[in-house]
Amino acid sequence: MPDRVSPVARIYLDHNATTPLHPAVADRMVAALAQDFGNPSSLHHFGQRAKAVVDQARSAVAALIGADASEIIFTSGGTESDNLAIRGAWEALERTPRRHLISSAIEHEAVLNTLKALAKRGAETALLPVGDEGIVSPDALRAALRDDTALVSVMHANNEIGTVQPIAELSQIARERGALVHADAVQSAGKIPVNVKVLGVDMLSISAHKFYGPKGIGAIWIRRGLRLLPTLTGGKQERGRRAGTENVPGIVGMGVAAEIALAKMAEESARVATLRDRLEAGILAAVSGTVLNGARVPRVSNTTNISFDRVEAESLLIALDLDGIAVSTGSACSSGTLEPSHVLKAMGFPAHRTQNSIRFSLGASNTQADVDRVIAVLPEIVEKLRHLTRTPVRA
Amino acid sequence: MRIVVAMSGGVDSSVAAGLLVEQGHDVIGLSMQLYDHSGGESFGSCCTLDDLYDARRVADAIGIPHYIMNFERQFQETVVSNFVREYAAGRTPLPCAHCNSDLKFATLLDRARGLDAERVATGHYARVDRSPEGHWLLRRSTDPEKDQSYFLASLTQAQLARASFPVGGLSKTHVRAHAHRLGLQVADKADSQEICFVPDGDYASFVSRHEPAVTRAGSIVNGHGHALGTHSGVHRFTVGQRKGLGLSGPSPLYVLKIEAESGRVTVGPRAALERTTLTASGLNWIAGDAPRDWQPASAQIRHRHAAAPGQVRATASDGAEFVFEEPQFAVAPGQAVVFYNGDLVIGGGWID
Repeated sequence: MPDRVSPVARIYLDHNATTPLHPAVADRMVAALAQDFGNPSSLHHFGQRAKAVVDQARSAVAALIGADASEIIFTSGGTESDNLAIRGAWEALERTPRRHLISSAIEHEAVLNTLKALAKRGAETALLPVGDEGIVSPDALRAALRDDTALVSVMHANNEIGTVQPIAELSQIARERGALVHADAVQSAGKIPVNVKVLGVDMLSISAHKFYGPKGIGAIWIRRGLRLLPTLTGGKQERGRRAGTENVPGIVGMGVAAEIALAKMAEESARVATLRDRLEAGILAAVSGTVLNGARVPRVSNTTNISFDRVEAESLLIALDLDGIAVSTGSACSSGTLEPSHVLKAMGFPAHRTQNSIRFSLGASNTQADVDRVIAVLPEIVEKLRHLTRTPVRA
Repeated sequence: MRIVVAMSGGVDSSVAAGLLVEQGHDVIGLSMQLYDHSGGESFGSCCTLDDLYDARRVADAIGIPHYIMNFERQFQETVVSNFVREYAAGRTPLPCAHCNSDLKFATLLDRARGLDAERVATGHYARVDRSPEGHWLLRRSTDPEKDQSYFLASLTQAQLARASFPVGGLSKTHVRAHAHRLGLQVADKADSQEICFVPDGDYASFVSRHEPAVTRAGSIVNGHGHALGTHSGVHRFTVGQRKGLGLSGPSPLYVLKIEAESGRVTVGPRAALERTTLTASGLNWIAGDAPRDWQPASAQIRHRHAAAPGQVRATASDGAEFVFEEPQFAVAPGQAVVFYNGDLVIGGGWID
């Protein structure tokens, strides 16, 4: 389909949804597709070659999260990693008294729906509430923990509002009661420093396409010696934890992306934070009836989530897209339309705030010019939409 | 101009969009999500996940952006609740007409204007044009078999001014030919026949699910008031209905009258169904001012009804009365009556 807006003119502000491939990642993947085609499990030269590039990538991914390469398992993405962590831990503890699972009300659906599925099989689940700041409180965890709690799963950074959860503290509290700890770090890895030792977790999920790697590849870090039942059974790949011939080009891409992300993290994080702050302040000042959702700190550097009074988020999203500006909101449902944000609902906001929120998530391609253009066009777009809800064609 | 096309995933709205693109307009494809798809199964005969998929593929084929807007709440409030209420009141609703006037050319039109679009186009078989004085007129489509002007007679001047019916001047055969020419995968897709939100056409179950109180038993009586049987809810009946009465007799019996309050359904022979007059309310006079004096016109009282000739006159406030030249069968309260002068819609209202 030909692009009606000049590609040069489009502004992408949805990096939390996905990121474009870094050119070096693309180059290296193309080379791997052509040259490193062997099955890593094969004995011969071709297998060894494939295995070698997989190992290189594994080291790079481990370095990104302060882990040992031997503890990195490659998966098809963040969702599979979350499933493996939660289902794997629960099933491994099946014959023990530990049947209780704790998570938070603001988790990604990959965690929430997995918990729901396990609840149908007899798991007892609890979701820790959050306040209007969008941060899980350690006291809430203390209160929810039971002697039969098997696992606590709390995301490191929230995908909608960007707030960073106090994982280190939560881990310590959970361990004291003998529960395992999993953190979904899909939105934090590559953006802010993530160190599995500092966080004190037992498992961690990450996803390549959030830090300029390809889609369809992610990883789970599993503390050495931790027993999980695999979700994908078959061959003995990935130390018997995840069957299936490895997605070599994907893994190679993830490794390169991890390397680049680690090297540029401090500088890029600071650059993006400046842009995000400028965008946020600009919108809040230029458009009336706007409010920021969630705490300003601690937050990943690229995200701002703002509610627009008396405007349907859906209409605003489409109007911005027609103007070449790509943003998002809430969560998509199967048909492609929007549902009110469960994260904002959990923060206790009323419908007119949860249904009128827009997430702006910046990234490598964004410049100050992008930010200034958005600030310049938003007020008029919003005003037009507000005006029309006041003067409908047919009352 | 920028035009929003309401895309159902069917061949008519798909071709409408394609033709507008060929005419050089700035077209945006929009599908309305009317009910929750999370269950995954097909809800009704239209606008399922498969239909949204078809709409998306068509949009890509003709090179336009495609969005889906969530109108679940508005659909419930305007179309579904009216549908349930009418059946509960012993009337026969026409949800498609309400969808057009209260959703497609209201809520959707407002959203379209918010996106700087000047019009909403649909795949309806109908035509809009303008009188020399600048008055908007609604006409039947050129394909008499497919004409849907009956469902659009509630549109006001403000709405007609912003409506576009690109296939209204084409025959169905012609439309499918265009679809093939444009390379659209929906070219041979079957038309949806049922009310879009009622799975398998089981209106009674739909209504009782939404309003359990309708399943109140009542009696079926003849013209003299003698009880002939019982029923389990007035919503199961429509005037002129012959099947499903649960009665046997020497000659066929038809529903003549439905009284929701008492729950009484009156039945009688076909001859008793004949009516030579009707009154209507909620009139929307389109072609001109409300006719104070009797004027010749034809009246269509059902979707599948050949408009019958007679005389029409406006009555106090927003009413009308019509006298048929020949008696008509099954004049059902709640249905739309649309008055025509040839192919021109004079106005439409709701049968009392």
